[in-house]
Amino acid sequence: MDSIITITKKELAGYFNSLTGYIVLIAFLGFTGFFTWLYGSDIFIRRQADLIVFFSIAKWTLFFFIPAITMRLISEEKNTGTLELLLTKPIDEFQLVVGKFLAAFSLVVIALSLTLIYYISISFLGKVDHGAIISGYFGLLLFSAAYIGIGIFASSISKNQIVSFLLALFIGIFFQIIFDILGNSLTGISGKIFDFMSISSHFNSISRGVWDTRDIIYFIAISVLGIELAKENLSFRN
Amino acid sequence: MNVEIRNISKNYGYQRVLDDVSFEVKPGEILGFLGPNGAGKTTTMKIITGYIGMDKGEVLVNGKSIKTGETKSSIGYLPENNPLYLDMPVVDYLRFSAKLQGVSKENMENRVREMIRLTGLNKEKHKLIGELSKGYRQRVGLAQALIHNPEILILDEPTTGLDPNQIIEIRELIKELGKEKTVILSTHILPEVEATCDRILIINKGKIVANGTSENLRQQAEGKNILKIKLEVFSNEGVLEQLQDLPSVEKATVTNNIDIGHFDIKSYKGMTSNKDIFNLCVKNNWPIVEMIPIETKLEDVFRDLTTD
Repeated sequence: MDSIITITKKELAGYFNSLTGYIVLIAFLGFTGFFTWLYGSDIFIRRQADLIVFFSIAKWTLFFFIPAITMRLISEEKNTGTLELLLTKPIDEFQLVVGKFLAAFSLVVIALSLTLIYYISISFLGKVDHGAIISGYFGLLLFSAAYIGIGIFASSISKNQIVSFLLALFIGIFFQIIFDILGNSLTGISGKIFDFMSISSHFNSISRGVWDTRDIIYFIAISVLGIELAKENLSFRN
Repeated sequence: MNVEIRNISKNYGYQRVLDDVSFEVKPGEILGFLGPNGAGKTTTMKIITGYIGMDKGEVLVNGKSIKTGETKSSIGYLPENNPLYLDMPVVDYLRFSAKLQGVSKENMENRVREMIRLTGLNKEKHKLIGELSKGYRQRVGLAQALIHNPEILILDEPTTGLDPNQIIEIRELIKELGKEKTVILSTHILPEVEATCDRILIINKGKIVANGTSENLRQQAEGKNILKIKLEVFSNEGVLEQLQDLPSVEKATVTNNIDIGHFDIKSYKGMTSNKDIFNLCVKNNWPIVEMIPIETKLEDVFRDLTTD
């Protein structure tokens, strides 16, 4: 456990040493803030004290930002050879991957916690359905965990960070849109399967405030699968 | 702690990189690992550290197989090319390594300070590793390998990129460490092996071709004494024949035809011809101007063993 925390701290410090952390935080707040408060069907046009706009924007912003924060996690270690140094120390592949997963997750938690200002602001504007907002945030956390799992797996595939980034997006686009579309257009059992595989449909039901253990298990399963595959990938070396 | 390598073999695809390699290193011993590029030095070291697996055989550290993973904390490793996190300050990196190696909190600052002092990084300790020159990075790599005071040190080309003064410093450091620890180091630099190592292992095409002290190896490879002599004579005629007729001389040759009186003399195995030559020259009144014994160098041994 100590090793996991050591890795997490190092990676998290790495985000802020290399500016990646600041850029991600500022850009995330900028995008979501712009669409939530200023542009399109923002809060003042809808005249409702909720964060539905924020949650649907955050879904897309995180979709693009998470691969950007996970791409270097393992690729860079492979590329510079520091992986060899790490794995010859008393730490195994699983601890390494989990440590890195937690670092990326912490960065997302920081980004999301900064948007609590939105929550506080709207609570002054009208009557807020607190349950819906809490489950919306909870949904975003689960959603992020799943994409970090996918991203970390993509990062373990290639030495090249750009390849890792594109691969994470490529895998992500299936979970984000394609399975959803297939689930809606196909009927019968195959339609149900695709609908079940879509991250979007699970996220939408949670962010509407509908709690189902199947949704929670689904997100956790994807993150665990990502971590497990990344671990296997690291163990397989010559 | 002693390291025992038993019959390890390793293939990369169809290529066999290690073929039934066995050796042992004991505490207080510095083992020099020599071999041409691609001979399997780095592969062997990676296997001992547990980074890559082997197809056959086993590696025991103090009787424990490395496959258990428990041996990692007693090994300090400096990989080839010395990979480092370039965007981390030196001190932070050493703390990070210490934490991963399980150095206790109370001990950590002491160890980090000790390593910085030992490797002479005091002025550079707050710089980012990426800002350091190659020699200083090498020191960081070494500090990182030593941070948890491991009983076994595995150094893959530890002196590459260092200037001559630094090379001497690092060699002294390794020698000092080697008094109580088990050290395995690989290098291309032959004088380095002679200067630092107690024992030399030469590996070629995945097989061990020599194992012994540098003196042992020289004797094994040559065993014949060669003398270069210079006599003050007016003509080589007759001199060469008489030298050749000496009982201890296997072959006498004229070094070159321009300088009169220069000869190379090779003795029979296990014999020296110095006395015979002296007596002969005194008898004939040929003043001896030079008599230089030619040693078989480690380079020759190395070339002998690693070329076909």
